[in-house]
Amino acid sequence: MSNTPTSHIRNFSIIAHIDHGKSTLADRLIQLTGGLTAREMTEQVLDNMDIEKERGITIKAQTVRLTYKALDGETYILNLMDTPGHVDFAYEVSRSLAACEGSLLVVDASQGVEAQTLANVYQAIDAHHEIVPVLNKIDLPAADVPRVKQQIEDVIGLDASDAVEISAKTGLNIPAVLEALVTRLPAPSGDPDAPLKALLIDSWYDQYLGVIALVRVKDGRLKRGQRIRMMATGASHPVEQVGVFTPKMVAMDDLGPGEMGYITAAIKTVADCKVGDTITDDRNPATDMLPGFKPSVPVVWCGLFPIDADDFEKLRDSLGKLRLNDASFHYEAETSAALGFGYRCGFLGLLHLEIIQERLTREFDLDLIATAPSVVYRIHRTNGATEELHNPADMPDGSVIDHIDEPWIKASIMVPDDHLGAVLTLCNERRGQQVDLTYVGTRAMAVYRLPLNEVVFDFYDRLKSISRGYASFDYAMDGYEEGDLVRISILVNMEPVDALSFIAHRSVAETRGRSICGKLKDLIPKQLFKIAIQAAIGGRVIARETISALSKDVTAKCYGGDISRKRKLLDKQKEGKKRMRQFGKVEIPQTAFLAALKMDA
Amino acid sequence: MQSLALYIHWPFCLAKCPYCDFNSHVRARIPHARMIAALRRELAFEAARLGPRRLTSIFFGGGTPSLMEPGDVAILIADARALFSAEPDIEITLEANPTSIEAGRFRGYRDAGVNRVSIGVQSLRQAALTFLGREHDAGQAIAAIELGRRIFPRISFDLIYARPAQSLADWRDELRQALSLAADHLSLYQLTIEPGTQFATRHARGEFALPDDELGAALYDATGEEAARFGLLPYEISNYAAAGAESRHNLAYWRYHDYAGIGAGAHGRISLVDGLFATRRHRAPEVWADLVEREGSGSVEETGVSPADQAREALLMGLRLRDGIDLAAFAARTGLGIDQAIDQESLAACVEAGYLTRDGVSLSATAEGRKRLDSVLAVLVR
Repeated sequence: MSNTPTSHIRNFSIIAHIDHGKSTLADRLIQLTGGLTAREMTEQVLDNMDIEKERGITIKAQTVRLTYKALDGETYILNLMDTPGHVDFAYEVSRSLAACEGSLLVVDASQGVEAQTLANVYQAIDAHHEIVPVLNKIDLPAADVPRVKQQIEDVIGLDASDAVEISAKTGLNIPAVLEALVTRLPAPSGDPDAPLKALLIDSWYDQYLGVIALVRVKDGRLKRGQRIRMMATGASHPVEQVGVFTPKMVAMDDLGPGEMGYITAAIKTVADCKVGDTITDDRNPATDMLPGFKPSVPVVWCGLFPIDADDFEKLRDSLGKLRLNDASFHYEAETSAALGFGYRCGFLGLLHLEIIQERLTREFDLDLIATAPSVVYRIHRTNGATEELHNPADMPDGSVIDHIDEPWIKASIMVPDDHLGAVLTLCNERRGQQVDLTYVGTRAMAVYRLPLNEVVFDFYDRLKSISRGYASFDYAMDGYEEGDLVRISILVNMEPVDALSFIAHRSVAETRGRSICGKLKDLIPKQLFKIAIQAAIGGRVIARETISALSKDVTAKCYGGDISRKRKLLDKQKEGKKRMRQFGKVEIPQTAFLAALKMDA
Repeated sequence: MQSLALYIHWPFCLAKCPYCDFNSHVRARIPHARMIAALRRELAFEAARLGPRRLTSIFFGGGTPSLMEPGDVAILIADARALFSAEPDIEITLEANPTSIEAGRFRGYRDAGVNRVSIGVQSLRQAALTFLGREHDAGQAIAAIELGRRIFPRISFDLIYARPAQSLADWRDELRQALSLAADHLSLYQLTIEPGTQFATRHARGEFALPDDELGAALYDATGEEAARFGLLPYEISNYAAAGAESRHNLAYWRYHDYAGIGAGAHGRISLVDGLFATRRHRAPEVWADLVEREGSGSVEETGVSPADQAREALLMGLRLRDGIDLAAFAARTGLGIDQAIDQESLAACVEAGYLTRDGVSLSATAEGRKRLDSVLAVLVR
């Protein structure tokens, strides 16, 4: 098996919009080629994490080695690289695509091409992939094969006349997909006798095996016992185990050119495995490295704080564990007067943020408060210095700021034309600049440039609701531009509540300031003392609300001599105060912050 | 000689009121003889460890103490007088229910030595009496008050207000009528939902709603205004009296003096040789009586109260009084200065907000402060 010639290997990934059936198709391919017994088949084999199964998304790349006897009588090794579909994980996608020569483009025959599909297809084209269109769900009454074929040709510019028409759910025509992989995708190239060159695609930490590296061999052979060298870091390790996923882990003696698999090599931490690095033989090294990957850069930051201050240590440990398997997210300690000790965390996007937060809650059993997401601003000081700002609370005084640049994105939105008007209005409200507007049948594709901070502010939800869920959205970062940005501070009895401050364009500052003051007024219960809530830009108050003191709070009857009970009640009241945050004379329940932050800041 | 207030609990009622969380039990037949014997024995037990005391008041509470036989009340009063040094003007109060009162019984209690009666009227409106689960009607209540005024030197009665859907005007009207019937003392309580009561369940189910804090405050203010027009002033949060007519027994609680509590479920704060103790009797009448018969006392808890807790309790109780806490008495009682017991920043904030006043002699809550006393205490007490 390990001596499969490259001519009998096909490496491919599957590109699909969420819900278009990628995981179901993958399951069918595994089933049909006998990778797992029927008993081992659980639904959506590749999505290991509960979150992936529930949301129907893939977060981490995975590989599966399929053995297929083709119609030509030959046996082929088909390596499936499962990739994330969401824009936040575009970085993972590009890595995965670099390890393959071709892709299946899966499109729902009733839904058609969606925005997210586009970005990934373009990445595949950029990676010089051969692309085989697959129309899925053709068994559905709403399926419109000719229309969707036309759409693939019009929107993506791919010839869809030979598209494979299947139903992954019923298993219809799946063998044709396998056959198309063999006949239509190119075989990988590579020299088995050249010095070893393997691309490190991904790595993760397994509690039994330690660090596992996912690799694609380009030249030479990767063997058990071999001493390898990471070309970028220079570190060398003896290879302990070589193997493939079927999707079960199966140990092998070696991996040759064109093959994909894993190695373990007594590597202590994931940080020692630089994704995109080239692995070579320590004694017979290659001279040049494979092209690596651009490092991932977090674009959205937010503070994560434990609701119970005693959970801080647990949060730190949990973030550390998550980071072992997800080098793309960053965290640094942060202290907030309102929320106590926590971490400022950087994410690839909003979905990434949501997923990490959910994993912390679910897998590590943590109750967390997340502050409003913020993008990374570039502050240009009057003294010529430039700095990146991850946290609105850290924004320097206006007098030392010359100007601020904010990140922009290029967004593609596909929407049925009855909802187009509302979508365009939303984009314009959010300071969007229209780049392109095209129609495919009754669907429009609007391309807009938008400031990212307008998108992290409640954009997805609005888009979904105004299009009744029909709009699909995708974006790519599109540089920085100067913006008229101000920091809005929220003050409770004249004391700033750091966790609630945010940066916004001057044109919307007042509206948003008023809105958050209004929300806080409803969320903070009346107290012994009057509470003033203000939103301010610098020293200028732009919105104000007052919560009057509570009018009456006294036990009517205190009699019978049972003072112990009264004392216990007082103790309970005092215990409750531990969950409050003190602002001058005012104590705000953490739940009020939680609610204020939940409501899209 | 140290003073003592004596509380005697009679734990039986004809029916349990839906708002009441006091220790009361309904029995087909009340075991009078056994209960009285046990009360006498427990009183003797308590007197033996307390030593000589100036007895300033006796209070028969419940339950429904007007279900006691007047002769039994006489026996207990006689015992107390024999065991302690009763002050010449000792106040002896008995709580009475309008249903269980007739002229003969009232005279009997008076003859037994009771000189003050406190009647559980609760309302003068029939709908409210029904809602509150009271078995008497307004006519019976008025008759009981009038009878009480003829027989006893001092009389008070209770009303419960801030009831569901009660308007300000309705309450003023009802209260004026009550004030015209009253002598020189009234207890006017806002309805409170106590955990474990029938009302707690019904309230949680949303069967009725209480006035919000603003209406509650308005009702409270109106109560003070109306009572003042009849010369009754709020000397405690829910108690209104003409000068000199305050309940001396209840003042002992609020001033955090020694009080002994006997009978099922009774609480006490008593100074013994080795400090101040919190005492609690078993709540179940029969179990309590068993304990007394076996051991002389039905006490199930005798806990030393630390100086810090004494200070906290003295604050919880003392700030309910209009006159507040006498600083010298506070220090003498607890061994702590008031400043050791309160948070200074909160004190300053509460003084600034007009909730508390403090001088060299006393610390007291203003009228505005008393209305919000639970919140004030939560920040003030250390």
